[in-house]
Amino acid sequence: MAAAFSVLEYNLVSYRRTWRGSALSSFVLPVLFVLGFGISVGSMVNTGKIGGTSYLSYIAPGMIASTAMQIGIGESTFPVMAKFQWIRTYHSMYAAPLSIGAIVGGDMIFVLLRVVSSCAVFLGVTALFGAAHSWWSLVVPLLAGLIGLAFATPVYALAGTVQDANAFAFVQRFAIIPMSLFSGVFFPVSSLPVVLQWLAYVSPLWHGVVLSRVAMGVEPGNTLADVGHLAYLALWAGAGYWLVLRAFRRKLSD
Amino acid sequence: MPDDLPLIHARGLVKRFGDFTAVAGIDLDVQAGESFGFLGPNGAGKSSTMRMIGCVSRPTEGTLRILGKDPARDGVAIRSKLGVCPQLDTLDPELTVRQNLTVYARYFGIGRRAARARADELIEFVQLTERANAKVEPLSGGMKRRLTIARAMINEPELVLLDEPTTGLDPQARHLVWERLFRLKQQGVTLVLTTHYMDEAEQLCDRLVVMDGGRIVAQGGPRELIERYSTREVLELRFPGDDQAPYAEKLGGIGDRVEVLPDRILLYTADGDDALVDVTGRGLHPSSVLVRRSSLEDVFLHLTGRTLVE
Repeated sequence: MAAAFSVLEYNLVSYRRTWRGSALSSFVLPVLFVLGFGISVGSMVNTGKIGGTSYLSYIAPGMIASTAMQIGIGESTFPVMAKFQWIRTYHSMYAAPLSIGAIVGGDMIFVLLRVVSSCAVFLGVTALFGAAHSWWSLVVPLLAGLIGLAFATPVYALAGTVQDANAFAFVQRFAIIPMSLFSGVFFPVSSLPVVLQWLAYVSPLWHGVVLSRVAMGVEPGNTLADVGHLAYLALWAGAGYWLVLRAFRRKLSD
Repeated sequence: MPDDLPLIHARGLVKRFGDFTAVAGIDLDVQAGESFGFLGPNGAGKSSTMRMIGCVSRPTEGTLRILGKDPARDGVAIRSKLGVCPQLDTLDPELTVRQNLTVYARYFGIGRRAARARADELIEFVQLTERANAKVEPLSGGMKRRLTIARAMINEPELVLLDEPTTGLDPQARHLVWERLFRLKQQGVTLVLTTHYMDEAEQLCDRLVVMDGGRIVAQGGPRELIERYSTREVLELRFPGDDQAPYAEKLGGIGDRVEVLPDRILLYTADGDDALVDVTGRGLHPSSVLVRRSSLEDVFLHLTGRTLVE
């Protein structure tokens, strides 16, 4: 465990160079979303109401889930490739007495911290505009952490396997963008054609969006369904973690 | 660990990548306090051997014990006592010189305060004190190498592995690195290095193995190898024209052995000046002449028929 924390420490020292820009964007972006989507678009959609809630309240949980996905993936593409191919950080770590598990573990804790802290800020901003309707909102940052890991782990494994960055553009075009649009962030999945509805059900993002909406008191919960959503996200994170360990082992140790 | 057990012990060590055999069965014993070298051209299997010794690559066959332990079982424990200077830089260019060392120290479980003290000590040792708070990015290749060597020393290792420590450096930077490594050697640190520079091997190694095609073709001390596989002196002759071979035929009987290279002829003999008198006595007039002592390059040429740096 101490070994994984030394890897986390490297990530934090490294992050200190860029934290201002990143902290600013994690504060400014939610404000812009709240103003842009929630308030101005909201004023034109159904005179601001979907199923009895304001449009801002409707999209805020989805935006938080979607932000978790984007940060999770953002930390897992170029940074990972750089640490394998350009800076060779992972090689230097593995030459030191760090196991593959400690290296991956330290990185995942860092991703978790990035996602949880950014989504906590996002939650705070939307709460100020009245989008949090339940005390369960407080678990949303943790939920965001799970969503972040569900996406970060498979993308980490991908970044540790492919030779060049073209794969990331592919992921962006054929996974991230469709998921952001069709996972119920901006409008209910039920208004999609049936085929696209099934795509939404497969996407981990939709499960995260539904759970966030329940937690923030926008939609009623259903214990069995909610456990199912959590289990689905945990499955992605767990299977992804296994893939990361495998990819790192192949890359660092022959 | 008993004192008589070697730090590195290998028997029949093999590394294969698919059909390609990088290391084709080598035996090694490196004792504490030794300065040991792998000399050979690119592709000889030096780096593959080093990666196995560094416990980041598993032997395909054979026995390997590092510090008396089995890398397959105790990789992490062994690596905590190694210092590694890899062939390609793995420094973080965005961090400062000092941060690169303190962060690395933490991987070894060294406390923050101790890490900082050790970092400052090592920064001074590799003469980078003025750059301690500067980013690594703009440093010269020689400075980065020295910092990598400092990083390899962060855990006061029992064994330091240096994979081509001065490849790609200009002569002045190379001498600075050699001087620091020589200092470590004097302090009794066990150094194991790979190189394709014979002067590096001669300067730093007490004992070395010459590798070619994944095998050890000779081993011994630098002087010992030269005495065994070469003559005392070499007479280098350059003749006008593109083809040196016809001249070589006319040199028969002078010296012990003749090697023809594309641009010159090497005449192996105990006394180069005497041999030159014989050459001119046959009416041959080379456009340039050099008499020098035999080096490890000549040993390699004799053993493999090829030059080290092509």
